[in-house]
Amino acid sequence: MAGEAAYERPESLTGALQLLARGGWTPLAGGTDLYPATGGRSLGGNILDLSAIEDLSGIISGRDGLRIGAGTTWAEIATARLPPALAALQEAAREVGGRQIQNAGTIGGNLCNASPAADGVPPLLALEAEVELASQAGVRRLALGDFITGPRRTARASGELLVAVQIPRPALMGRSHFLKLGARKYLVISIASVAVRLLEREGRIALARIAVGSCAPVARRLPAVEAALEGAALAGAAGQVRASDVAAALSPIDDVRATAAYRLEAATELVRRTVGALAGGPHG
Amino acid sequence: MAEVRFTLNGAPVAVATAPTRRLSEVLREDCGLTGTKVGCDAGDCGACTVLIDGAAHCACLTPAARVRGSDVQTVEAEDPVLDRLRAAFLRHGAAQCGICTPGMLMAARALLAERAAPGRPEVEEALGGVLCRCTGYQKIIAAVLDAGAGGGREAPDQVRGGVGERTLRLDGGPKVAGSDRFGADIWQRGGLLLKAVRSPFPHAAFAFGDLAAWLAARPGAAHVFTAADIPGRNAFGVIPAFADQPALAEGTARFRGEAVALVAFEDDGSDPDLSEFPIHWTERTALTDPVVAIKGALIHGARPGNQLTQGYVRRGDAGAALAASAHVVEGHVETAFVEHAYIEPEAGAAWMDGDILVIRACTQAPYMDRDDTAAILGLPPDRVRIIPSAVGGGFGSKLDISVQPLLGLVTLKTGRPSRMIYSRTESMVSTTKRHPASISARLGCDAQGRITALDFDGIFNTGAYSSWGPTVANRVPVHATGPYRTPHVRARARAIHTNGPVSGAFRGFGVPQAAVMQETLYDRLAEKAGIDRLEFRLRNALCDGDLSATGQVMEATGIHACLTALRPHWTRALADAAAAPDGQTRRGVGLASCWYGCGNTSLPNPSTIRIGLTPEGRLVLHQGATDIGQGSNTVITQIAAEALGLPVGKFTLVGPDTALSPDAGKTSASRQTYVTGRAAEAAARTLRALILRLGNWGDDARLSLDGPLLGSASGSIDLSRLPSDARGYVLSAEETYDPPTTALDDNGQGRPYAVYGYGAQMVELTVDTGLGRVKLLKITAAHDVGRAINPTLVEGQIEGGIAQGIGMALMEDYIPGRTENLHDYLIPTTGDVPPIESLIVEVAHPEGPFGAKGLGEHVLIPTAPAILNAIRHATGALPSRLPVLPHRLLAAMKGEDA
Repeated sequence: MAGEAAYERPESLTGALQLLARGGWTPLAGGTDLYPATGGRSLGGNILDLSAIEDLSGIISGRDGLRIGAGTTWAEIATARLPPALAALQEAAREVGGRQIQNAGTIGGNLCNASPAADGVPPLLALEAEVELASQAGVRRLALGDFITGPRRTARASGELLVAVQIPRPALMGRSHFLKLGARKYLVISIASVAVRLLEREGRIALARIAVGSCAPVARRLPAVEAALEGAALAGAAGQVRASDVAAALSPIDDVRATAAYRLEAATELVRRTVGALAGGPHG
Repeated sequence: MAEVRFTLNGAPVAVATAPTRRLSEVLREDCGLTGTKVGCDAGDCGACTVLIDGAAHCACLTPAARVRGSDVQTVEAEDPVLDRLRAAFLRHGAAQCGICTPGMLMAARALLAERAAPGRPEVEEALGGVLCRCTGYQKIIAAVLDAGAGGGREAPDQVRGGVGERTLRLDGGPKVAGSDRFGADIWQRGGLLLKAVRSPFPHAAFAFGDLAAWLAARPGAAHVFTAADIPGRNAFGVIPAFADQPALAEGTARFRGEAVALVAFEDDGSDPDLSEFPIHWTERTALTDPVVAIKGALIHGARPGNQLTQGYVRRGDAGAALAASAHVVEGHVETAFVEHAYIEPEAGAAWMDGDILVIRACTQAPYMDRDDTAAILGLPPDRVRIIPSAVGGGFGSKLDISVQPLLGLVTLKTGRPSRMIYSRTESMVSTTKRHPASISARLGCDAQGRITALDFDGIFNTGAYSSWGPTVANRVPVHATGPYRTPHVRARARAIHTNGPVSGAFRGFGVPQAAVMQETLYDRLAEKAGIDRLEFRLRNALCDGDLSATGQVMEATGIHACLTALRPHWTRALADAAAAPDGQTRRGVGLASCWYGCGNTSLPNPSTIRIGLTPEGRLVLHQGATDIGQGSNTVITQIAAEALGLPVGKFTLVGPDTALSPDAGKTSASRQTYVTGRAAEAAARTLRALILRLGNWGDDARLSLDGPLLGSASGSIDLSRLPSDARGYVLSAEETYDPPTTALDDNGQGRPYAVYGYGAQMVELTVDTGLGRVKLLKITAAHDVGRAINPTLVEGQIEGGIAQGIGMALMEDYIPGRTENLHDYLIPTTGDVPPIESLIVEVAHPEGPFGAKGLGEHVLIPTAPAILNAIRHATGALPSRLPVLPHRLLAAMKGEDA
């Protein structure tokens, strides 16, 4: 029964990790996924509320790059002054639910929830983000692509907390853009979402990082498309995006929102548009 | 338990609570602030929006312990900016039912703190997390813009309030203050909290295990009830002859979500625990497709072919006329289950008042609730009293009983107060839906573009029980032609049972689905005949003296005027579309009409209104027309005020409580303004005649009421000196009005309705041909209301109906087991409803009060077909299946209609 459940809201990471090491805790971040999953008046089980841990929030620029505390809310990300490489992440932040959800939901919670449709994941894949996991045994870093292992599954061990998202310094270069497709304007689970980060040099694409959400069990990078774009002229780059290259990385399903075939087509179209928008003009 | 101290609306509070209890629960249950509404418990609707340290949060997603030391503001807060918003909401008519209003106000309050004078895009975005099902958002957005621009400070001026005035909603004050009391907002402490056990299968047999042992093992659970405990007739239904739905199923569940048992828990704040409930299920084959169900095993033994009813209209010889027509088109459409998605899930409370079982719940039909509940409980109707709460949206579904018999059963059996609040999912799985329709039709015209014939056949998936299936089956053929002269008609609609959710009443009773078929055929036929689509409709529009498909002689026929009102807009919109560049984004314009008969189809449908004056000079209007947000509290009072000759401000309203007010019928079928309004007009005129006779004053006397003194220019009557009747009135009048209709014969010939309302809407949109996404640019809506009793409320109905039509056309698809919440089931948000221009047309009807006709349902009917026609204009493609999700539109554009 929920009434007998324990609740702790530690103020330090050390305290949280000590508790977590004892086992049996469900970490609570923004609550925007845990509460909808219960029909009850309160959450069941033993809840470890992470919201009071100072170390988990805030965006810090350091020698290694940018460190986004796992407890940073989408609203904080949306309004922060960040380099153009993070524009896609900020655009995604404004599309996570409504204002109410953006004020509560956190980047770390979004990643740990590991929804195939999580808005935050494609921009972070395009940023080659790593996650920092802490436990009493120490800290480890994983590439985001290795952290999210399947729908609602991650590599987080039970004694670990996701404490930060790290954007490596080289990935702070370039410009990025995010597009989300849904059947309505606000508060919508995406049919497909796309984040693209391009680094340009003398009119050519020096580096392309492209990721698509909602079109596979986890959000995916599109290596073949990235390879096709790198070296291409920025103008007209969208024309280099081949449907077969997009499809090669994806494995969408039919669901209530769309068919698999449509998702592939839409993903290609969205990638072209996102690249085109970065290149300037319709389809560059 | 933890003690949590925080600041609530400026004052320090301390509550002892489970730390992860939802803040919404703490505010409502512990702090007594029920202004914060709970619509989904999932962050999908935003009704529970509060400010925590100035930022908007869903209280339902906030652990109570997290607000320790914080400043929490709710809709009840005293705050000058909130006051400005409240006043603007009232003045703009931004609150209809009022259930989303607290969330809207708080989201708007947060926005105005960020940006004092926001623009429309910012308002749309800031309110994008709060769903409204009534208003279509336009008046809410206008109110926030106005409050941001500094408007809304002045106290609203409540004018005379007669017919035709933009009288502010008389029940609006509590709605913007957060003090209106909905179904979940009033209960007696120390009672029982009810939870239903529901079928997880669309079709299954079940048997209970050891209920007593399960009960004994759960300290919080006080009682279990099953069908065996029901003292009366365990079968309800809005149409008595078809009553077939058990309050608690007996051995077989016929749809997913059907209640099979009821558990009463001690209402002490703990979480009810239904785990390990002893029931054994045997899943049976479920019929989901009505075409298959026609030949399938019978869901109800007495209904061969699983056919509930069939409606039929035949006039002339449609087959021969089509064969002889110059142009013929034929088509097929499929529509989905549509969920009403009012933001207030069903809720209510019950208690005993002596011998009387009192049930206070949200409803559209208090007297029908009383009679059905009494029958289930084996009580005479006068032992049940129904007190309607404020209703947080209904749209047809709250015509059927939901919590009422369950609350009644427990309180009657235990003698204890009880309450029941459906979860969002419970509301969605267990209550009625719009019928999915599968319609085929052929339409023909002659070489001059005059319609010759319509042949129409529809199968309506009526789900597991009867509900309003017969009404849908009967209404559809009558309306199948649309408001057009159609000399030869054959129209059939069959309501077929399946193991789907119960299909019932939803704004339009099947006519919106039929209009999708008929109005899209009109566009295609106009094109074949080479005639402009609007002119083609005008050429065929019904005129006074024409015969309808049922042989009724039409009068006060407003469709011609509606189409004519649209004509300049149509010309402009076509030019704009033609001038738009023809790239990946294509622009289109579409048009569709509607007509809709007000009130029951060929059945008695009376309303009774009583008005009384007390010795103290209180003018009491027994306003029995349940106001579910559409505005009958205001409209009926305006009519009474005009007919009596005293201002609306003098009236005290007594609501549709079955112990206090006579039966004004149900709030459905767009009947309240017309039918109850006509009864109110009659009662007010009778009272006025009594007064004039008593004072010996002339017909044109200008009445005044000042305390007990009822005056005119030629003297006054001291009411305190007159004898009172048993009800405490010194003067009173009660009048009943029943629309003059006749039965339909075997060919559907007769006068099914006394009054029809008309409308036509034009949609301008673009289609993103790369993604199949539709963007609505503007909707222009011309509606003939006979007489606009209150133009603000008329616009509110138009905008809200259009929003629901948009949802039906583009996104709403209820799939049992898949879209049973408000994040998988999508309804339009602020960003999905474009600006709407209303053109109010007034072709007065002699039967209507001051000429007024109904409007509530008409406004939804043309929207979906107008959108489809605009999509076809933009792309050449006409998807045949609703909703037109992006993948369906893209497929249709490729000729692969999915």
